[in-house]
Amino acid sequence: MNIIVAGLNHRTAPVAVREQFALSEEKIGEVLAQLKQNPLIQEALILSTCNRVEIYAVATHTEEGCDALKDFFLGQSATLYIYSARDCLRHLFRVSSSLDSMMIGEPQILGQLKDAFDLAMSHKSTGVLLNKVLKKAISVAKRVRTETKIAENAVSISYAAVELAKKIFGKLHQKSVMLVGAGEMAELAARHFISNGVKTIFIANRSYERALELAVEYNGIPVRFEDFVVEMAQSDIVLCSTGAPHYLITPQDVSKVVSARQNRPIFFIDISVPRNIDPAINQLDNVFLYDIDDLKLSVETNLRAREAEALKAEAIITEEVEQITRWFKSLDAIPMIVALKEKAEEIRISEMKRTLDKLGTLTPLQSEAIEGLTLSIVNKLLHGPLTALKEETNRNNGNALLEATQKLFLLGEKK
Amino acid sequence: MSQIIFFQTSLFFYFLGCLLFLLNLWDKKEEKSPTLPISQKIAFVVTGVGFLCHTIALGLQLQSGVPFSSPKEAISFFSWALVLIFFWVELKYRVYVMGSLILPMAFLSLISAATLPLDNHPVDPTLKGTLLGVHTTLSLLGIVAFAIAAVAGIMYLVQERFLKSKQFGPLYYKLPALGLLDQWNKTALYWGIPLLTLGIITGALWSQYALGFFWSGSIKQFLAIAAWFFYVIVFQGRVTVGWRARRAALLSIIGFVAIIFIFTTLT
Repeated sequence: MNIIVAGLNHRTAPVAVREQFALSEEKIGEVLAQLKQNPLIQEALILSTCNRVEIYAVATHTEEGCDALKDFFLGQSATLYIYSARDCLRHLFRVSSSLDSMMIGEPQILGQLKDAFDLAMSHKSTGVLLNKVLKKAISVAKRVRTETKIAENAVSISYAAVELAKKIFGKLHQKSVMLVGAGEMAELAARHFISNGVKTIFIANRSYERALELAVEYNGIPVRFEDFVVEMAQSDIVLCSTGAPHYLITPQDVSKVVSARQNRPIFFIDISVPRNIDPAINQLDNVFLYDIDDLKLSVETNLRAREAEALKAEAIITEEVEQITRWFKSLDAIPMIVALKEKAEEIRISEMKRTLDKLGTLTPLQSEAIEGLTLSIVNKLLHGPLTALKEETNRNNGNALLEATQKLFLLGEKK
Repeated sequence: MSQIIFFQTSLFFYFLGCLLFLLNLWDKKEEKSPTLPISQKIAFVVTGVGFLCHTIALGLQLQSGVPFSSPKEAISFFSWALVLIFFWVELKYRVYVMGSLILPMAFLSLISAATLPLDNHPVDPTLKGTLLGVHTTLSLLGIVAFAIAAVAGIMYLVQERFLKSKQFGPLYYKLPALGLLDQWNKTALYWGIPLLTLGIITGALWSQYALGFFWSGSIKQFLAIAAWFFYVIVFQGRVTVGWRARRAALLSIIGFVAIIFIFTTLT
């Protein structure tokens, strides 16, 4: 019995390949039902996200099981990865802890994995092993999140802008944002600001219709493009992203705005290229200006910090893999212990029967004595090996003892 | 005698707490981390023990005479109130970096108090004695508030520097938002000014009772009035013409440094 995984992800396969294998919920149900039909596969779970498609399974025989999974990913031997046992567990833990994600530390994958687990359970395709392993994967992910700083710090431009705004203003609840130019990036940032609780959004755009459109969508206030410089006095955060080839906001404008605001700090974010805000305004008191490069720099610093944290996370995962592998091994030892006991009992019964037949009629006391004698010989002989086998499951060094037992006691292939 | 032992014990624990809080500045743990780092916990407990001893020392002193009227006792009370406010702010806002500024301040003032001679004047139970006690207590509490304003101002300037230069040291993550620091500054002045006002009024009343005139024209009185005017103007400026943020931070630091300078030269 072994746990295996076959799959492809954003690193091994381009999106054109991944989308071919991505499965909807119903499709996953069908594939799981199909897999259950296969006598080699005892348990199965499918994780299908935009970055990866993976099938986890418990197979009676590792290689044949892997082949069965390969059949699903037909013609993709180049992009496919297959892991079993310890490697499979490590892979699963790395996925759940978001170390295998495109953006290390992103939080969605854990939710997706939980959903995949729920789905598989609702199709009754998981059993003791996968349940245990998946629960472990979830708890490992949580441990990584609390013990390392892998999920801290912004790693996208718009998140970085929100984080900076929080360092300037504290809570954003009473604050207002002005969008100057309404491109895709601006919209994304606006959404982040809204989800962080900003009170008002002003939207200024060259085309007033577009400003109106967005104002309706985000419950904001449209501003005519000619007026935005004056209206800035009401905004704590100004996010500029127009296609203008020159500076739209000058130090003169800003110093007027600052005095109109009675020195309340104002945060300018310039994500346009070429820049729309004169960098000289950063020299003014109570004015903070970040352009696209500054934001990128802070994102990169944060990403590097995450990579450093990822090393700590790997160490945690190694530890957890060891632990669960031990549990797996203890499962291997159980059939061996049972087989050994059965074999001994078999020999004892047959040998005793032969002796009893030779001896003829005995008093109940005598036959009881013989019974007791054989039992205690067998138990005392087996005591050592059985204890050793049980202890073996708590140790790290391979299955050497299991194999030895098999050979020494001539046990059949009853794994 | 036991008062001195408690006093010295608290001095020792403040010193330890001071070192621990300063060491924590180099700790890479961020302000936002879900649990308080163990080194911070130790610093807190150590400071707490010091504070307890200090409280007992002050309590014993209260029993033995009019408190806080001699410079030694006044400074001791000042540092006690500072640590008290520190605990309150810390527990409310969880800004662990604050201890690294407040504790050295409290420790230094306490050690300077320790060098001053003990003034064992007898209890004065009359109205005059009570007035003097109230006068010093209120004025000192006012000065504690200005100290907090200055500490918030220092943190403001450091954090502002990080944000302007876009170079984020480990402290950047520990220091709170500029908005919060500016709010502290405002709140501190908001409390400090009425306290100092009452302190000055009770002082004048005491002067009337004890010496027979409100205004002695001494340099001490003159400077107290000057300080009062300074802070009233700073606060008024904030409310009416927007002397907030960077300017408020700078003014609070200047004001407090001036107070300390005057206080030390006068005593």
